[in-house]
Amino acid sequence: MASLNLKINNKTYTVDADPKMPLLWAIRDIVGLTGTKYGCGIAQCGACTVHLEGTPVRSCSIPVSAAANKNITTIEGISPDNSHPVQQAWIQEQVPQCGYCQSGQIMAATALLKKNANPSDKDIDAAMQGHICRCGTYPRIRKAIKTASILMSQKASTK
Amino acid sequence: METINKNLSRRNFIKLSGLSGAALTLGLYMPAFGKESSTEIISEATAENLGIDLNAWISIDTSGKVTITNHRAEMGQGSFQSVPQIIAEELEVNLDQVNIIFAQGNNKKYGSQITGGSSTIRGNYQKLLKLSATAREMLIEAAAKKWNVAKSECYAENGFVIHKSSGKKLGYGDLVEDASKLQPPHDVALKDPKDYKVLRKSLPRQDTPLKTNGTAIFGLDKKLPGMLYASVERNPRFVGKVKSFDDSETKKVPGVKHVLKVTRDTFGNMFEGVAVVADNTWAAMQGRKALKVEWDDSGFEYHSTDQLYSKMKEQVKGDVISFKTKGNFNSSFAKADKKLEALYETPYESHSCMEPLNCVANVTADACEIWGPIQAPDWVQGNLAGALKLPMEKVIVNMTFLGGGFGRKAFTDYPFEAAMISKEIKAPVQVVWSREDDTTLGPFRPGMVYQCKGGLGKNGMITAFETKMAGQNMNQQNPGADRTGYNSSTTEGLLEPFFESIPHYSFGDSPLNSPIPVMWWRSVYASTNGFALESFMDEMALEAGKDPLDFRRSHLGEQRYQLLIDKLEEVSGWKKRGKNEGYGVAITECFTSIVGEVVKVSKKADGKVRIDKVWAVMDCGWYVNPDIIRGQVEGSIVMALGAATKHATHFADGKAVEKNFNTYMMPRITDIPEIEVYVMENEEKAGGVGEPGLPPFTPALTNAIFDLTGKRIRVLPFKLEEI
Ligand code: FES
Ligand code: FES
Repeated sequence: MASLNLKINNKTYTVDADPKMPLLWAIRDIVGLTGTKYGCGIAQCGACTVHLEGTPVRSCSIPVSAAANKNITTIEGISPDNSHPVQQAWIQEQVPQCGYCQSGQIMAATALLKKNANPSDKDIDAAMQGHICRCGTYPRIRKAIKTASILMSQKASTK
Repeated sequence: METINKNLSRRNFIKLSGLSGAALTLGLYMPAFGKESSTEIISEATAENLGIDLNAWISIDTSGKVTITNHRAEMGQGSFQSVPQIIAEELEVNLDQVNIIFAQGNNKKYGSQITGGSSTIRGNYQKLLKLSATAREMLIEAAAKKWNVAKSECYAENGFVIHKSSGKKLGYGDLVEDASKLQPPHDVALKDPKDYKVLRKSLPRQDTPLKTNGTAIFGLDKKLPGMLYASVERNPRFVGKVKSFDDSETKKVPGVKHVLKVTRDTFGNMFEGVAVVADNTWAAMQGRKALKVEWDDSGFEYHSTDQLYSKMKEQVKGDVISFKTKGNFNSSFAKADKKLEALYETPYESHSCMEPLNCVANVTADACEIWGPIQAPDWVQGNLAGALKLPMEKVIVNMTFLGGGFGRKAFTDYPFEAAMISKEIKAPVQVVWSREDDTTLGPFRPGMVYQCKGGLGKNGMITAFETKMAGQNMNQQNPGADRTGYNSSTTEGLLEPFFESIPHYSFGDSPLNSPIPVMWWRSVYASTNGFALESFMDEMALEAGKDPLDFRRSHLGEQRYQLLIDKLEEVSGWKKRGKNEGYGVAITECFTSIVGEVVKVSKKADGKVRIDKVWAVMDCGWYVNPDIIRGQVEGSIVMALGAATKHATHFADGKAVEKNFNTYMMPRITDIPEIEVYVMENEEKAGGVGEPGLPPFTPALTNAIFDLTGKRIRVLPFKLEEI
């Protein structure tokens, strides 16, 4: 057991955990933020995706000790009020069905759009193919990423 | 919109939904339980007098807020949106005035609550429409009385009653007190669909915002004070017993609190396991890894995929249990102008919901409360009341959002197991199934083998048709189950008019005896029957020298089917196909909806087959929300694509081979063709929406591949890259 500082969504949590515990379970069971989901535990499905220093990572497959004192963003930290263009696009295109995979999908999409404001279909494929949606919302995910890209450029131009 | 999930006795409902005492509350009451036809609409006051519990409520309080109970699960299919949309239409309120509350498991109160068979809307819409219209009429009557005018001079709109000539208006909130004293009228008139303002519109789902910011609470997200977490080692061969276990290493894992033997009721068979309980999920999983369990596997055969399929192939050669016959198949087949025979195989499949199975249970000395992603709360309630010897009302089953269900979460085994652990350790517990548990332990979609025979007349019409099906019968799993009965799903998926147009047919099944637990998988037997039957239709059409769409046209007399075929032909450009394009069609019926799909394939530069596009035409009769239908059909197509070309569960040494998404491969965003969905407009009764889009996809795909390459695929799954 070790005492570690986790900086999640700009808030610091001190957790007492096995340093080998995957970040996922520390976030869910100890910190109590449940938006980040467990899907496979072996880096295959993307449901557990969070940002570590702005980069999307599979929280099921990195030990909590590796994330200590680094900036972590979870789905709860994307915006306080569903106002992020990716969230807006997801609502506009009515992407979620059961919704379980969507935290991970949204985390991947926000990271993609931050790097690449106008992604091609190929770019979307590359960024999103690690994310499983059993409900099959893939056609809408693709559409929503394109919508988000437009929303972001509109936002930028009105600034 | 808010969700409240509490004990919904009538009074509690009023209290918790924040309704003032002076509310207009109407409910459905079934005097004779189970007889849906005897449903009556009665007011809360009447229910109070008679001392009965209402069966789904609608309530309007003095602020005009409308609250309804949703007694079905929300697992992605959109009942969370569809039910309020129905209410808003006939009640004449805006959708944002409607709050929905998840109801708890209570068979007595709600009748069957199982969310399955795509039944949430098709089984209830007429009652919900009537309930809302009745409330509206009572509000209008109350206003008319207040103004001392004739009721016919008033109408309702946007939560107000308006007097036509004077323009006077009163909000529903101001009328509920008076309205609640009136007798509910009988036989209120329902709207003509062409006057719908809310129904048949693609209004956004109200649960969407909860699912884009992480606030939707799924089963796995439920936490209780003092709750522990459990991971259970279960026999990978399903049926064996725990001979012994060694937990000395497990107990050394920090956080591990208890290790105990536990049972799980699976169709009346008691499956055993060893539970490791800890103060977080990870510790429970680590403790389980360190556990050594010895299983007693005696008394049954270790099955393998090869054995299972050779048995089934043997079985379809012999006699089957007859389900449906007409005329004389044998003699007409013998006389047929052209004869055809083919064998089709479909694999076992795991449901693999994105949210692995899990359940929270809190069992105390005299009560039990359950929270989880549950499709059939009333079944769970009944099962646990029996097992824990508690009165029904002491077992409370709460439904959370479900991260997928597809039939698996209609099963009661995982809440049962959680309750047994909680009872033993005397603390609330969440049992978390790992992805590996979820993928390998079933119940699975049963693997099937079909032998089809067809005879054609000189005019190219089917004269004789036979299907023999072998595979496990889901209804014959209980110990002591009668195995002599037919499988009533033997023709599931086949379009009704074929039974008219084919003069001689015979359908029957031969059940496979196996300990592998099996269960409904999205669209159930239609998901596999559809592949065999609609592939064979294609083979027969080509043998008859007919265009596959025209062949179906000539066998499906009813106008409803003709219109669907016309639409399919029109949207897909069926007859205008290009030179290097393959087109395939399939049409199936499932939960009284008819869906036709056309798939277009072509060859990529590297010579490999690519799925370019899918056109789907859905005829589900009366419907609520076209965008939800489109989403459900898209999802069904993706799920079918996975089962056709990506994944299957194999067995070796009595155990499932594929364990996680690295071997049980899912379709990815890169695999998805363009999908176009059309919804037919007609006045037929509402059919299912969540499942019927699935069965036609696979045969339409393999028929298209035949059209392009001349290669007939009769065994699933197959690899697109290997054609
Ligand atoms: S849970 Fe981490 S990738 Fe699946
Ligand atoms: S929305 Fe259900 S798994 Fe993606």
